[in-house]
Amino acid sequence: METIKGTSELRKREKELKRKKLKNNIKLFFSNKRAVFGVSILAFFILMAVIGPLVYDYDHFKYFLGPRVGKPTEEYRLGFDELGRDVFGAVIYGTRASLAIGIFVTLIIVFIGATLGISAGYFGGLYDIVIMRITEAFSIIPTIPLILALSAVIGQSFQNIIIILGLTGWPSTVKLVRAQTLSIKQRNYVERARAVGASNVYIMAKHILPNVFPLIFSNIILLVQNAIITESTLAFLGVGDPTIPTWGQLLRSAREQGAISAGSWWLFIPAGVCLVLLASSFVFIGYGFDEINNPRLRRR
Amino acid sequence: MGSNIVEINDLEVSFKIKQGFIDEYIRRKKKIVRAVDKISLNIKKGEIVSLVGESGSGKTTTGRAILQLTSLTGGEILFDGQPIELSNKQYMKRFRERAQMIFQDPYQSLNPRFTVFDIVTEPLILTRKKASLVEKEMLALEALEFAGLKPAIEYLYRYPHELSGGQRQRVSIATCFIMEPDFIVADEPVSMLDASVRADILKLFVKMKNEKNTSFLFITHDLSLAWLISDRVAIMYLGKIMECGPSDIISGGCLHPYSQALTSVIACVGEERRMKRIVLKKETPSPLKIPSGCRFHTRCPVAKPECSKLEPEYREISPGHFVYCHYPQKLQ
Amino acid sequence: MSEKLLEVKDLRTYFTTIKGEIKAVDGVSFYVNRGESLGLVGESGCGKTTTALSITKLLPEEGYINSGQIIFDGKDITHMDERGLNHLRWKEVSMIFQGAMNALNPVQRVCDQIVEPILLHEKVTKKEAMERVKELFDLVEIDANLMYSYPHEFSGGMRQRAIIAMALACNPKLIIGDEPTTALDVMVQAQILDLINDLRRKFHMSMIMITHDLSIITETCDRIAIMYAGKIVEMGSTEEVLLNYLHPYTEKLVNAFPNIYKERKMVDSIPGVPPDLYDPPIGCRFAPRCHKRIDNICDNQEPYLIDYKGNNHYVACHLRRSYNG
Repeated sequence: METIKGTSELRKREKELKRKKLKNNIKLFFSNKRAVFGVSILAFFILMAVIGPLVYDYDHFKYFLGPRVGKPTEEYRLGFDELGRDVFGAVIYGTRASLAIGIFVTLIIVFIGATLGISAGYFGGLYDIVIMRITEAFSIIPTIPLILALSAVIGQSFQNIIIILGLTGWPSTVKLVRAQTLSIKQRNYVERARAVGASNVYIMAKHILPNVFPLIFSNIILLVQNAIITESTLAFLGVGDPTIPTWGQLLRSAREQGAISAGSWWLFIPAGVCLVLLASSFVFIGYGFDEINNPRLRRR
Repeated sequence: MGSNIVEINDLEVSFKIKQGFIDEYIRRKKKIVRAVDKISLNIKKGEIVSLVGESGSGKTTTGRAILQLTSLTGGEILFDGQPIELSNKQYMKRFRERAQMIFQDPYQSLNPRFTVFDIVTEPLILTRKKASLVEKEMLALEALEFAGLKPAIEYLYRYPHELSGGQRQRVSIATCFIMEPDFIVADEPVSMLDASVRADILKLFVKMKNEKNTSFLFITHDLSLAWLISDRVAIMYLGKIMECGPSDIISGGCLHPYSQALTSVIACVGEERRMKRIVLKKETPSPLKIPSGCRFHTRCPVAKPECSKLEPEYREISPGHFVYCHYPQKLQ
Repeated sequence: MSEKLLEVKDLRTYFTTIKGEIKAVDGVSFYVNRGESLGLVGESGCGKTTTALSITKLLPEEGYINSGQIIFDGKDITHMDERGLNHLRWKEVSMIFQGAMNALNPVQRVCDQIVEPILLHEKVTKKEAMERVKELFDLVEIDANLMYSYPHEFSGGMRQRAIIAMALACNPKLIIGDEPTTALDVMVQAQILDLINDLRRKFHMSMIMITHDLSIITETCDRIAIMYAGKIVEMGSTEEVLLNYLHPYTEKLVNAFPNIYKERKMVDSIPGVPPDLYDPPIGCRFAPRCHKRIDNICDNQEPYLIDYKGNNHYVACHLRRSYNG
């Protein structure tokens, strides 16, 4: 039998193996060109959100720096909106709003979705039935009208928008997680854990959650993308925090000012392009994770 | 604290079948499957008893009922002479340490995200045995060595997907062994393994029996394996034990027509048949529609009119040899 | 017309993967006579299923036949085109897959599924085809009235019979059964094996029975070929091979199955695992696990299949090079 020294060396080896595996996964991820594309775009936007405000000054409340819907000038490269505000600054600062929405809304959804999904799937019975009926109710009600209604009640501040998006976006995640939980619940190792006296919390936390996690993770990509687009849609419709610049607001301005027919491209093209790029970057990143999770056996 | 580690008396396990909404709540129809329909069986300390049957016989349900993984609908189970007190937490903790299970599917019985170390030491953590990391490693290594994974240290931090089916089963066995249980229910532990690795796993069972006096309930559909390693065998059909006796009855000493049929179709490699093959017609009836009288009468080659009307008694024909039949007879 | 219905000569089937090529079948030669059944035996990963898929050309995309010949009924079908294959499949060669019970489409009636190959291959009307389905049901001993049921209404054994009926639909000359009874209960397995034997004799069909269960082979096969790591290590008549085995692997395999009529002692097991087929060893592939290994010879040279005693009992082993009376 090995000595104590032997096993601590083994643990070192284990950690090394884990590190190697991580390095390998990163290599796999970046071997996919689409993933690289996606990550670069995301990195670009993150940089813009973080560094932008440090190098470029923008005040959402400085009106009439230029004429209403003014054309781009030397100093203000992307012109002005209907209140004479600097569009270039708005685009840069708008990145923060989109990323913040993406992250926080997703966090809320994942938290609610995972907790409800795992517990409903695991416990079953009346609890499961109740949760599923509520989930179905939420998913049947059309999202945008629901959000509009909620925002009319709660208010349209930025935090409230995040909360509302979080509270309306969880049904699909719950269903996904619950389905996976139902399947994992049957596995023998869960039964064995119960046969040795594991508590329900232990089983859910140590057995079910880690095995559900990969699924949640792939779902997260879609959630982030969805949150960003939904927020922009809302802003486009006029719902949102007027004190914070977002791309959706710019698009709304574009709509209200008839920018397309008037040819005021600076109102909708920069914001639109940024929105599309950021949203699709997540899809491309998803391809990278696909590469790791489903290694292709074929070589063409 | 007699010599029996497990005593099963008139055990009944039934399941309700889920039906459509209207049938269930409005018409109030009840569909019940009597998976285990009043069976009695004793397992001595240090004994391997095989529970043999085809699908739907109730053998797996019996095993799980003993370990309280399925609730009983009737009858009682005594563990080491005492009834199993479900509500007593202290008792249940101790019970869970002493009675363990090994599953059939080596690919589903290990958590793919756990290392072998995590898997094998999980029972220790769950029964909250105070042990330092080093102590846990030692115990894990000892268990893996016992299970034949040598050098144990090579396997400690591997993941299940890096192991073969046989190796995974050994990990399952190590997980049981680490608790030093008195009783193990092994549910078809080798049926998904290649023939050339089965012997190793079976040898481990015999080793545990001999060295640690562990008792086994060996659930299988393969009578030749039952013959090979068990002391006694119980053959189940549609929820009842048809015959129970020492395992050498398998090589020609069965008295129940069903057992006789099952043992007659065992093919031995390269051998000419010693017994005439009795291939039963039709298939096992659905457990939802158990035949009247003796439930085997619909397929029994020697059924008499009485058999469809009256249920037989479970009688002891000779010491330790029980048969559930109106007309048990040795084959010519 | 030659005796040999199917002849496989030095077949090599490989799979391309990112890690390299898996040499799943690496130089396999055997034949099946008309009306004869051959058992292809081996453990998981030995290449027996791949061999069957190579014959019926149902290999997955990553698989391809590297070299070798497959001659069926006098025709070389190794690189046959799709048109030729469509005629070959089911009409000449049909297959019963592993896990066949799940091969039935759950949303189609059983009769419709069996009728499909008939209509595809024979020029008959739907009515005539349905008559044939009724005949087939009788043959496989399912009540013909159950023709219109859906698969989930059938029990496991009945589904297997339906699959066999489907395989027989166009009167093939050769049936390949890949573990046809693995998931079935013991008694149902006995019924199905009896059925297969009867039908084979009735229609003078040839059969390749692929399995890892030697006890089934004894019941159903005239000849047997034992595969290990992509190669055939022993081949001959069932009785000859199982009773008078020549290869150490066969010896261990035969002794891994309990014999309830003999003395009760623990069965054999084989230590170790089969070799990696990405880079198979140079010498005998069984050498690392062989209890009769000869150092230096077995690891370095590959043994070839030879007719050891001249009685059509082939073995590939260095221990059996020449027979001395």
